[in-house]
Amino acid sequence: MTAFLAVVSNRAVATAVLAVVLGGCASKEEAPVDGDFQRNLQMRLLDAKPGETIEIPAGRYSLDRSLSLRVSGVTIRGAGMNKTVLSFKDQKVGAEGLLVNASDFTLENLAFEDTRGDAVKVNEGERITLRGVRVEWTGGPSTSNGAYGLYPVRTRQVLIEDCLVIGASDAGIYVGQSEDIVVRRNTARLNVAGIEIENSRRADVYDNTATENTGGILVFNMPNLPQRGEGARVFRNKIHGNNTANFGAKGTPVASVPAGSGVVINSNDQVEIFDNDFADNATAHVIISSYFSTGYMTEKGVAEIFDPYPEAIHVHSNRYAGGGDAPDGLDLKALKLAVFGLGGRFPPVLWDGYVDPKKIRAGKLPADLAICVRDAGPVLNADGPGKYRNPRVSAAEYDCRLEPLPPVELKL
Amino acid sequence: MTLAGVERSKRLLALVTLLAVLVGCSEGPTGPVFHDATDPDTLAEWGVFGIESGRLVPREGVVDYELNTPLFSDYAHKLRTVWMPPGTHASYSSEGAFEFPVGTIITKTFYYPLVTEGDRARVLRTSLAKGIEPAGRLVLDQVRLIETRVMVRRVSGWAASTYVWNDAQREARLERAGAVQPLTLVSEGDASTRAQVDFDYVVPDVNQCAGCHATDVKRGSLSPIGLKARHLNREHDYGENGGRANQLEHWRRTGRLRAPGEGLVSAAALPRAAVWNDLSAPLEARARAYLDINCAHCHNRLGPADTSGLSLDASETSSVALGVCKSPIAAGRGTGNRRFGIVPGQPDDSITVYRMASTDPGVMMPELGRALAHDEGVELIRRWIAAWPDGRGCDQRVSNSARHSASASRLSRSQG
Repeated sequence: MTAFLAVVSNRAVATAVLAVVLGGCASKEEAPVDGDFQRNLQMRLLDAKPGETIEIPAGRYSLDRSLSLRVSGVTIRGAGMNKTVLSFKDQKVGAEGLLVNASDFTLENLAFEDTRGDAVKVNEGERITLRGVRVEWTGGPSTSNGAYGLYPVRTRQVLIEDCLVIGASDAGIYVGQSEDIVVRRNTARLNVAGIEIENSRRADVYDNTATENTGGILVFNMPNLPQRGEGARVFRNKIHGNNTANFGAKGTPVASVPAGSGVVINSNDQVEIFDNDFADNATAHVIISSYFSTGYMTEKGVAEIFDPYPEAIHVHSNRYAGGGDAPDGLDLKALKLAVFGLGGRFPPVLWDGYVDPKKIRAGKLPADLAICVRDAGPVLNADGPGKYRNPRVSAAEYDCRLEPLPPVELKL
Repeated sequence: MTLAGVERSKRLLALVTLLAVLVGCSEGPTGPVFHDATDPDTLAEWGVFGIESGRLVPREGVVDYELNTPLFSDYAHKLRTVWMPPGTHASYSSEGAFEFPVGTIITKTFYYPLVTEGDRARVLRTSLAKGIEPAGRLVLDQVRLIETRVMVRRVSGWAASTYVWNDAQREARLERAGAVQPLTLVSEGDASTRAQVDFDYVVPDVNQCAGCHATDVKRGSLSPIGLKARHLNREHDYGENGGRANQLEHWRRTGRLRAPGEGLVSAAALPRAAVWNDLSAPLEARARAYLDINCAHCHNRLGPADTSGLSLDASETSSVALGVCKSPIAAGRGTGNRRFGIVPGQPDDSITVYRMASTDPGVMMPELGRALAHDEGVELIRRWIAAWPDGRGCDQRVSNSARHSASASRLSRSQG
């Protein structure tokens, strides 16, 4: 079989201007590392000019080194997420499959399999599009899988759509320390975290399917980082059956996520969760929590400036089915037993109960910082601050409204 | 012209042709050449080195230098040189890299002493300077040359490339996409007992050069890493060109380095990084110097690894930024099931040690530039953490009354 690597200028009308013929030997069962393909592809990436499209035709290619791009304005395009496959099963070098440090970047219609570390990392850049990309660790969930599937970090104007990520030992789709983000129409399966928005500002996460992960969709803030996140809308997603046992390495933020979590908000502010379909997440459909509940809060290791309290959280208009019946971990099992009895189940929404004491006025948070939950029945406040001695259930306490968050506007 | 004259000129032409072949057109220039736009195909065209009497020799005006504590690169030895156009000089900085004039050419040649002459597949693991003579003269029969990396200061900024040496060890060619060279690394000592390990030495591609040398990720521009006062402030043997002298003082004396005002009067007053394996230096200073040169090109407050919140620069004063009781951000399985970057007094529980000791591409730190672990470097950091001065462990109880106790965390999985 012969493989082609075509480079198409933007001005050319969908024709390959330059096609480099490479000796490929890409059989599906056994794909020896294709050194010529790898070398030529990396050379195209080194020599790319702004406005260029690098096309990788259908084929299965085995690589043993990571790829990298540092030129802005480049598109890398395959023939389809099941047709153009870059396999890193034999990877020897590099912490990613593809590392991008550039702006105006588009990656579409191809697959990355079995990278040793992260599959696709974009570090610093504006106007980043990841579309129709499949990332998969083909052996299924395993702690030895790479950490992140699609991983833009410190980016602005980010679009991730129509992608499929399977088997990440941390987060399938992870957007970190970024601004103005749209994550839509993706499927995340069998990852520890399906989709995670961390220390990011203004994210819209919608029309995704998150299933069979440990936790479906996470909105987190971590301490000790230059950028604190706030402002995420999670809506119109299908978030069901995220009950895979947590296979993340201990010490990672996601290792604290109980299996059976639909959406987890941790230490983040201004989060709106609405119009989602939740089903069969065995711990709880929505968990609202502070950094105290992760077990990582240490005196020496968390900068004093860090704000661990989730505030201005608005959960409404979702549909819930099943779930809450088999929480993960002895503590949560005990809590369920204590409050709801042997055959009972957690309500759809759990809150750990931590409130910033400095902000309390007349016994509660100001209206614009409140935790508002409607259309979900009663909320369980686990009473973390009281050492879980007095967990309590209420719907009325949370019956409030916050201003809807504005949609994210991308200018790609 | 007479017939004899024609014959004579034919013979002359043949002789000239023969000479040209013998000398070799690839010999190139006899002194450094600033290529201001593109990288030539061969190292020879830079004119930085000549080959004389079986030695790779820096040409006139090219000065070799060494660092107090170098980056670990699979036990490779390194010959470093710098050349500046005549009449120009570098400008001193106390903390960052010196400012170099346009036209500056820096090289770093990676080589290994051979176990036995003639066998270039087996190379020696040694901390001793072998196969090199004063003033940076490499004895070609005694070493295996791998690659020579070139950084050049153009009008547009620094550019990096690398040249891979051929089997005959006489020519190095530009390899922008990098290369892999299988080697056998043999420990010193008795032939019957010494350990050996096969590994793939990886020559970086041009983007990977930037992976380390783009120390400011937002700007993305390249910068030298080692050419800083603290790394250069040490003695060096200049051989016939001045004997043993402090490098900064030698550079100042020879007009290569200038500082504004009264700077550079005495090297003793200037910043100086510890030599990582100099047992007479304090452990703390050696460990911080090691982390500085091996990690801080990414792990500084403006670097590509600022995403981690971990900053290992020599000037870093925050213990959290060094990793003390700090949770990782995006380490994935790089945690090795450990919870914090540095657990005071407990190196085996510290992610920093775990990642330094690993050779798995998805785990190891640094991510690039080595296939082997640096046993001695890992041991240094291990001892530094073990000897932590103020208290052991990472206490999860938070004493500040504004902070709640997290000793019982019911909404998280038990992570015992």
